[in-house]
Amino acid sequence: MTGRDVVFALLGVVAVGAGLLVVTTRQLVHAALWLVVSFGALAGCYLVLTAEFVAWVQVLIYVGAVVVLLLFGIMLTRAPVGPSEGLDSGNRWAALAVAAGTAALLVTVLVMGFRWTRLNDARHCPPDASSCTAQANGSAEHLGASVFRTWVLPFEVLSVLLLAALVGAIVLSRTDLPTRKDR
Amino acid sequence: MHLAFPLVTAALLFSAGVYGVLARRNAILVLMSVELMLNAVNLNLVAFDVHLRDRLHGGQVLTLFTIVIAAAEVGLGLAIVLLVFRNRRMIDVDRLRSLAESEPAKSEPAKSEPAEPSTAEREAVK
Repeated sequence: MTGRDVVFALLGVVAVGAGLLVVTTRQLVHAALWLVVSFGALAGCYLVLTAEFVAWVQVLIYVGAVVVLLLFGIMLTRAPVGPSEGLDSGNRWAALAVAAGTAALLVTVLVMGFRWTRLNDARHCPPDASSCTAQANGSAEHLGASVFRTWVLPFEVLSVLLLAALVGAIVLSRTDLPTRKDR
Repeated sequence: MHLAFPLVTAALLFSAGVYGVLARRNAILVLMSVELMLNAVNLNLVAFDVHLRDRLHGGQVLTLFTIVIAAAEVGLGLAIVLLVFRNRRMIDVDRLRSLAESEPAKSEPAKSEPAEPSTAEREAVK
């Protein structure tokens, strides 16, 4: 157990615990706030894994944008602020069984497959290979270079998808579009 | 550091998301659980990208793309949820049964639901 192991284990416990609270709490607003804790801990996990650009994007987009959007949704649907019953539907026990089965299957397979595999990151580069060390970290410089060189076509397609989602959300939420009665 | 740490964390987070999607009734909580599942997949992608020392950073770039798609999904999903709320005054996913196949025993509660005029008309306009 190195220091990295300990830090990652703590962050992982926080992320999973906050995730469990998101799906079990009885207060809608608390669920959104626990989601912030879970995503923040995951950003810390990315930092420990040396993927710093992804960590900052996670903080910016998930904690900054997605959770705020979800809070807007909670407000606009006039959800009860206090603890409310009936947030869980009737198939709760079936859902618990399916989730426990999924967890058991995935954890068993992953632990059997990667039990003794150590993370093979830039610290394990040979000491004379400077290019290995430089290419293995996820800083904004290297990630930006690979986004705009190798992956530039999917990047542009993704921008078109974002535009389509924007137009779709506006069309869905506008109330002044003409209906059949107005014609 | 062992590779098993991020993988087990991601598996547990994914299971929490599965439980939330199946057990929650409020549509916004279902969307939150979907976000949890997407984040679990992102953690796997980053862990394997770092482990394999990918020169092209395919895993981390795909993680960025997943984050963007998740943001678009949440935007559209919330727009749909708000439209449902405007028409039905509730967003409980197990009570929105007007598209369900009407079973002979359970057809009464489906019929007693309020009709949905504006969405149908909007579809007809398109």
